[in-house]
Amino acid sequence: MDLPTLWFLLIAVFWAGYLVLEGFDFGVGMLLPVLAKTPGERDAMVRTFGPVWDGNEVWLLVAGGATFAAFPNWYASMFSALYLPLLVLLVALILRVLAIEYRRKHENDEVWTARWDRVLVVCSVLAPAMVAAALANVVRGIEMDANSDYTGSLLDLLSPYALLAVVTVLALFLLHGATFIGIRTTGVLRDRARHFAVRIWIVATLLTAAFGLWTLLGQGEDPSIVGVLGVVLAVAGLLCSGASLLRGAERLAFTGTVVTTLGAAILMFAQLWPNVLPSTGDPAGTLTIANAASSPYSLKVMTWVAVIIAPVVFLYEGWSYWVFRERVASDAFEKAQSPLDALKQRAATES
Amino acid sequence: MLLELARWQFAFTTVIHFIFVPLTIGLSGLVAAMQTQWVRTGNDEYKRMTKFWGKLLLVNFAIGIATGIVQEFQFGMAWSAYSRYVGDVFGAPLAMEGLAAFFLESTFLGLWIFGWDHLPKKIHLASIWLVFIGTNLSAYFILAANAWMQNPVGFRVDQESGNAVLTSIWAVLSSPTAIYAFLHTIPAAILTASGLVVGVSIWHLSRRPGHETSFFRRSTAWGLRTMLVTAVITMGVGHFFGQYMTEKQPMKMAAAEALYETEKGAGFSLMTIAPLDKKPDRTTFELHVPYLTSFLATNDPNGTVRGINDLQEESREKYRQYELDRGRDPETAEYYPIIGLTYWSFRLMMGFGIWMAAFAAAGLLIMRRVEGGIEAIAPKTWFRRLALFTLAAGFLGHAFGWIFTEVGRQPWVVTGLLKTEDAVSKLGVETMVISLSVFVVLYLIISAIEFTLFARLAVKGPDPSAGASGQDPDAPDGDSTEEGAVVPHSTPALSY
Ligand code: HDD
Ligand code: HEM
Ligand code: HEM
Repeated sequence: MDLPTLWFLLIAVFWAGYLVLEGFDFGVGMLLPVLAKTPGERDAMVRTFGPVWDGNEVWLLVAGGATFAAFPNWYASMFSALYLPLLVLLVALILRVLAIEYRRKHENDEVWTARWDRVLVVCSVLAPAMVAAALANVVRGIEMDANSDYTGSLLDLLSPYALLAVVTVLALFLLHGATFIGIRTTGVLRDRARHFAVRIWIVATLLTAAFGLWTLLGQGEDPSIVGVLGVVLAVAGLLCSGASLLRGAERLAFTGTVVTTLGAAILMFAQLWPNVLPSTGDPAGTLTIANAASSPYSLKVMTWVAVIIAPVVFLYEGWSYWVFRERVASDAFEKAQSPLDALKQRAATES
Repeated sequence: MLLELARWQFAFTTVIHFIFVPLTIGLSGLVAAMQTQWVRTGNDEYKRMTKFWGKLLLVNFAIGIATGIVQEFQFGMAWSAYSRYVGDVFGAPLAMEGLAAFFLESTFLGLWIFGWDHLPKKIHLASIWLVFIGTNLSAYFILAANAWMQNPVGFRVDQESGNAVLTSIWAVLSSPTAIYAFLHTIPAAILTASGLVVGVSIWHLSRRPGHETSFFRRSTAWGLRTMLVTAVITMGVGHFFGQYMTEKQPMKMAAAEALYETEKGAGFSLMTIAPLDKKPDRTTFELHVPYLTSFLATNDPNGTVRGINDLQEESREKYRQYELDRGRDPETAEYYPIIGLTYWSFRLMMGFGIWMAAFAAAGLLIMRRVEGGIEAIAPKTWFRRLALFTLAAGFLGHAFGWIFTEVGRQPWVVTGLLKTEDAVSKLGVETMVISLSVFVVLYLIISAIEFTLFARLAVKGPDPSAGASGQDPDAPDGDSTEEGAVVPHSTPALSY
């Protein structure tokens, strides 16, 4: 395999990893008002991804950085063409970081926390919506001139296909977040998450099927084999997830939504290949793996770096998930609202 | 118009990002050192120091991350011509930063925040050290990327595409500009963090006498000592950095000195007042230290330092083809930055550094020599004000240092290769107006939030320990006790 193709695959892997990982923390964020009824339950929900969300977000940064290094032309054209959606994405991500980090920094000030939680919910909807819109536009192609500079307008970016991508991704992440809550909490949250998951499952499945078909067939080209495989994976994941939800096999249900998200990523990048950014304007502007790639030397350097560092990263990130594998109990938060309560609670468990 | 807006946007967002980042770098190192002391000695006061300063670190970390995300995207968004031109070279350190540094920082920060109940003590300690290492790696890669823009090495210009192409990654990563920048920026970051520790501690000793005295006396001592050491290192490295810069970017040094004509034995200008032009050709007032600039720049008091007018003529010849290629008139091209800004930012950066070194030395003397130590002087209003000024000085030093570096490089975005005006994306002016307004409003709001939250937590002081001595291992904040007895998730201060 030549290095540009390898880097195309690696970038796809970073995006897929990003969608799978931050997908569930977006989902949990969106579900905050749906599943949690008390401040303690909200704390517990945020706590499920508390130690890992920042690591999840880095997958996006690395996807961006890798695109810059391996395909400067792709990075330049894509990011400048999608300027306004990305601006919204940045605003959402910025506020979301602060919501997660600051919501509990005024101890016992419930108004402060409730305000940040509202920010968290809104941003958890906006951010994945913009990611979906951006990816959909990349897959479908954007209007560019021969120099690969964007010539369209904002409205062109809001095509029906992009809108379908947005709702599909939101539904999928809601399901993904709910199955994640299912494996990471106890008690009422866990029950509510399961009930919710069963209901959203139907929506997610219908939308995913529609999105899959449109992506495969909608561009007037032959669907790629790998793309078909992606759709099959996505649907299989959903079926597995649905069946497991009914049987109460929570881990399997989560595994199912992971597979679905991966399938969706595979589908999009398979349809994109061998282009990286098709032009719907002047065909000369189309960026391909070949014409957008960095020089062989630069790619060789980056490959060495990735080969050496990426496995180490996967190891310690995996380890951190393992360290925080216990379920989060929402009642612990209810009782430990103040140090005094924590002491009382400890006394109670000791006696 | 588009260009000006894009430049303002870049400058604004980056300067704000870099207000928070030095504190993150420096404070994570200090907190790691405090926690090490706790693990080594078992003295609980160190644990409380770790937690208090650690809590402030987290508030600051969040906003550094939030504003950092913008940085990763904005080269492509607003500077696409630049990204195409330099991506082959510049992309590599940026991608390495993500892979090698951001993953490390974020994962181990999560482990540190939530690991108090979960991890063995030593592994928990290792987490914060890894965070510190991560912030350093991150700084190193981004500085290497920036150094390449100041002093491009290890590349060739591709005939076909006209873009820069990497020929040696080692040359880029080991460029003296990158090494100097790193050795200058990291001590400066620790200097800033210790300035903060000192400022907050003296504020407490001053406004709340008798409250947590031993805690804040110890913090002051830590802060002052690191401040002195790092200030000296920062200034020392800065001197050599400046010499190397004079060699590679002579125009920057000439502008920094407002030196118009090439001079032998050039004096160091302490202060100059001139009309507010980009290049004021006359001065109204000047104060010089003879021979100093020549000495600083060349190690020889009679060395030659080249002036702006000479360099401008030389560049006009040298870059004639560059302008012609882009359809511009080479005769009107200007190759000097805004002189006044370059001149004053250089002086302010140095001035804040000198001030901090002096304050640290004075503070340490007070702690040793004055009866009653620092607590005796701290309650005085003037001393408190000076301490708070010192707190601000580190941040200001960084801001002006960067303004000097980046403005002094103009009109080039990559020295000698690409002008800033040729780097910007093809965007509608409205688009840039929208995004600049959004960023300004958003950044001002979030900076204000972080500032008030930070100040509130700093003023509140450390969590009271159960028992006056601070020795109670059962303090209800959910620490890793040796037996591994876990208080479930009850660290509100350090978690979410
Ligand atoms: C608290 C911060 C701080 C302090 C006290 C100083 N600096 Fe600095 N300086 C920086 C913070 C900084 C910085 C923000 O970190 C810069 C910007 C770019 C860089 O790499 O470091 C910088 C850049 C910078 C450069 C620019 C190099 C270039 O553009 O290529 C020079 C020549 C110096 N410094 C020299 C000094 C000297 C001689 C100082 C002491 C008297 C000094 N700095 C104190
Ligand atoms: C974090 C500290 C930094 C600060 C405070 C800073 C500040 C600035 C400022 C003030 C400008 C505007 C100069 C002008 O328009 O006259 C600028 C320009 C620029 N800087 Fe930096 N910079 C920093 C670091 C970096 C780094 C690390 C990079 C590269 C990785 C970088 C890349 C650029 C680019 C591409 C421009 C072009 C836009 C322009 O010249 O206006 N900067 N920066
Ligand atoms: C000298 C200039 C800079 C230095 C030393 C620096 C260093 C750092 C450090 C230490 C952090 C993590 C700590 C924190 O979040 O507060 C950080 C965050 C970040 N910086 Fe900067 N930065 C600089 C400028 C830039 C530039 C120009 C970029 C553009 C690529 C950038 C991209 C980021 C990103 C994406 C993050 C967030 C990482 C995360 O999510 O963990 N930074 N930066």
